Amino acid sequence: MIGEDIVNLSRLQFGLTALYHFLFVPLTLGLAFLLAIMESVYVMTGKEVYKDMTRFWGKLFGINFAMGVTTGITLEFQFGTNWSYYSHYVGDIFGPILASEGLVSFFLESTFVGLFFFGWDRMSRVQHLSVTWLLALGTNTSALWILIANAWMQHPVGTEFNYETLRMELTSFAEVFFNPVAQVKFVHTVAAGYVTGAMFVLGISSWYLLKGRDVGFARRSFSIAAAFGLASVLSVIVLGDESGYTDGEVQKVKLAAIEGAWDTEKPPAAFTVVGFPDQDREETRYAFRIPYVLGLIATRSIDEEVKGLKELRASSLAHIRSGQIAYGALERMRGGDASPAVKADFEQHKADLGFALLLAKYTDRIAGAGEDLVQKAAADTIPSVAPLFWTFRVMVACGFTLLFIFVMAFYYCAVRVADRKRWLLKLAVWSIPLPWIAAETGWFVAEYGRQPWTISGVLPTHLSTSSLSTGDLWFSIAGFAFFYTALLAIELYLMVKYVKLGPSSLHTGRYHFERPAAALSGSAV
Amino acid sequence: MFDYETMRVIWWVITGAVATGFVLTVGFDFGIGALLPFIGRNDVERRVVINTIGPTWDGNQVWLILLGGAIFAVWPAVYATLFSGLYIAMLLVLYTLFFRPVGFDYRSKLESPQWRNAWDWGLFIGGAVPPVLMGVLVGNLLVGLPFHLDGSLRTFYDGSFWGLLTPFPLLCGVIGLLACVFHGAVYLGCRTERPIEQRARRVAAIGGVVLVLLMVLAAAWVILGIPRPEILTMAGPNAPSNPMAKTVDFSGSWLGNFLAHPRLFVAPALAVLGVSAAAALAGSGRSAAAFAASAVGMGGLLWTVGFGLFPFMLISTTDPRSSLTIWDASASHLNLQWSLAITLMFLPIVLLYTRWAYRVIWGKVTAADIAKGDHTLY
Repeated sequence: MIGEDIVNLSRLQFGLTALYHFLFVPLTLGLAFLLAIMESVYVMTGKEVYKDMTRFWGKLFGINFAMGVTTGITLEFQFGTNWSYYSHYVGDIFGPILASEGLVSFFLESTFVGLFFFGWDRMSRVQHLSVTWLLALGTNTSALWILIANAWMQHPVGTEFNYETLRMELTSFAEVFFNPVAQVKFVHTVAAGYVTGAMFVLGISSWYLLKGRDVGFARRSFSIAAAFGLASVLSVIVLGDESGYTDGEVQKVKLAAIEGAWDTEKPPAAFTVVGFPDQDREETRYAFRIPYVLGLIATRSIDEEVKGLKELRASSLAHIRSGQIAYGALERMRGGDASPAVKADFEQHKADLGFALLLAKYTDRIAGAGEDLVQKAAADTIPSVAPLFWTFRVMVACGFTLLFIFVMAFYYCAVRVADRKRWLLKLAVWSIPLPWIAAETGWFVAEYGRQPWTISGVLPTHLSTSSLSTGDLWFSIAGFAFFYTALLAIELYLMVKYVKLGPSSLHTGRYHFERPAAALSGSAV
Repeated sequence: MFDYETMRVIWWVITGAVATGFVLTVGFDFGIGALLPFIGRNDVERRVVINTIGPTWDGNQVWLILLGGAIFAVWPAVYATLFSGLYIAMLLVLYTLFFRPVGFDYRSKLESPQWRNAWDWGLFIGGAVPPVLMGVLVGNLLVGLPFHLDGSLRTFYDGSFWGLLTPFPLLCGVIGLLACVFHGAVYLGCRTERPIEQRARRVAAIGGVVLVLLMVLAAAWVILGIPRPEILTMAGPNAPSNPMAKTVDFSGSWLGNFLAHPRLFVAPALAVLGVSAAAALAGSGRSAAAFAASAVGMGGLLWTVGFGLFPFMLISTTDPRSSLTIWDASASHLNLQWSLAITLMFLPIVLLYTRWAYRVIWGKVTAADIAKGDHTLY
């Protein structure tokens, strides 16, 4: 059996490095598109200010992109270094998706990001514009592959256990690629990235407007961000990925936990706005609920039910018992028993094999584990409700605040008074962190809510790790803590410095700190 | 499509091809990083050196990502065993790679000489340490690694980080670094002017000679001093992947594959001839031809190791039966087919636009370029 501390430290390390990487990814996704839009306007209108916008926001994009590249390699290494049994067990499906990301998307974005920065004077306007669009395409398809991989962990389709190789193997690439959970997640996640990019540009432009600096530059940036951000935030909210929560076991559990829904309700289920989930008493106290809404969001219907946690746990019990039969048959087959009856037993129950593996946390005798252990394993399939319940609400609150900001920004842009609405500009500056908070909490809900599984219903987390020592893990965690802290400090320092410099950093001679008069007043800034 | 056996061989070749792409491109990026503080004697010279690879290093690095991804996708047992077994070494590679993306992008964003100097040493670490560690890794692939699999095919590493640092792998570490420095110097010869060009040519001319000698030494060491495993029995090249279904001893010969198929000797021949020719051409100032020869030499070196190992991927010294071969460590047949389809569809596109990108940025980087692009170049 694997030590609990190895599992916990491995989870801690993966969680922190993934969340850290995800500080940079959404901004890359969103800014890449905004750059492409700004440059398209430049190519269509020929106005230099749009080229300056592309180059200035591109500089900030570059500072962020470097960190995305740095922290992204970690994740590819980490499946092998820290989750080696996972890699063996599901590499047949998970591996090709990651490799495809490299081949199809990373090459595209990494090749064209170089040309974006260094190709301005070496190609025609249209060629350079194509480069920028291909860069955006690369970053966005990269997200597609990652979310296909992630969705497969939440809802593993197109795969089957092979008792000869003791791992899951691919049965249908199309099913994996067109996984319904993946589609919902992709749209939701990239749109959240667009919101992040838009809020970044909107907030920083607002700051220039408040300072009265580079007003023409800032106003145009503000308008593009407002329009793009409004479209994006509507996509995030309307296509929120709750609708993906009806496929697959773990998704149902997650949905119930997010809602603090302990009991299955008659459809359509009510939506719990707030309340206090109490894990011990298995109820959500002081709940304020809106009838019908959850059923509509989650099932897109009024007659499908949303299952409660107690019922989901009971169904886990049945899966575990069935999985024990499969595990027993597998042991006999591995021992050389080739009788058709054993094979038939295995085939009939193998879909539940993963549930039997939950017992490995408590015993080596999985097939013969007693009722008390089965009950424990079933209880493990229900996550801690309160962290999911609250982080989800933080995410939603951020989302609606952002919706409000973008609606107002878009409206005031349309009537051409945005730069006089100082309350809105101030709100936009202070709201810059919101998309990041939403993205990180959203990621937490999706992944913490997947526990106790790495692959829903297939492979429990505690079996997925490598056979490492706690010393190994402390070494690596200390290394990440050191490098990531130092790099974040450096990145933020540069980012703030270049934001403060603004488009003057382009040295075109057209902006605030480069004008003689402004340079005088600028020295007071 | 092809049967399982053929697909496994095809994927062994493709994995080798991706590794070749990695060595040929990231190889010179590493080497230039390792040379940076020495070959560039002031800020402008160092910026010239950095900007010879500034626009393309990131695209190049994807060959490394793709190599890792391809091993994960197609040889999942190898990926699991190698990355978790060599945990500390892999993390050191990772940590030192951290210096590159931020080093390239952040170095010239501030004027301060201390800042720039610090990043130059960061780029040096990011360029010099990974090739040493990767060389050590290749050395250990030949010597074998202490690992075993249990009944559930979980992999256990039976050694330590320090156990990797034995004499032969350390020699391979030196070769790894020297090969990258050589290849990088040849590349710099193509992309810079005097005085950097001249220094680079000198490094290439001397480095190439030493590299050839070390390669020959390593080859002799492998053949005479390192036992080579041999598969005695196995389930067959078309059987499902299960490494435990074979028996292995150490009665093999590293020359076995070469003697059975003498055509394979072309790889070591190209390694020696390519590097020698590149050293001579670089010394006499024919940079483009030197780079082509150097690329051939690097490829020859890599494939020599591959031909020697085939069909082994990871050799276990503590439990030879647990060794991973292309016949028992591959992904499923369906996976191999899909992966091949995707590769055939996209790899040619990648090669096409990579070629275009290089054509766009090709040319000598000069001190005048740096002065002109003070705020746009790295």
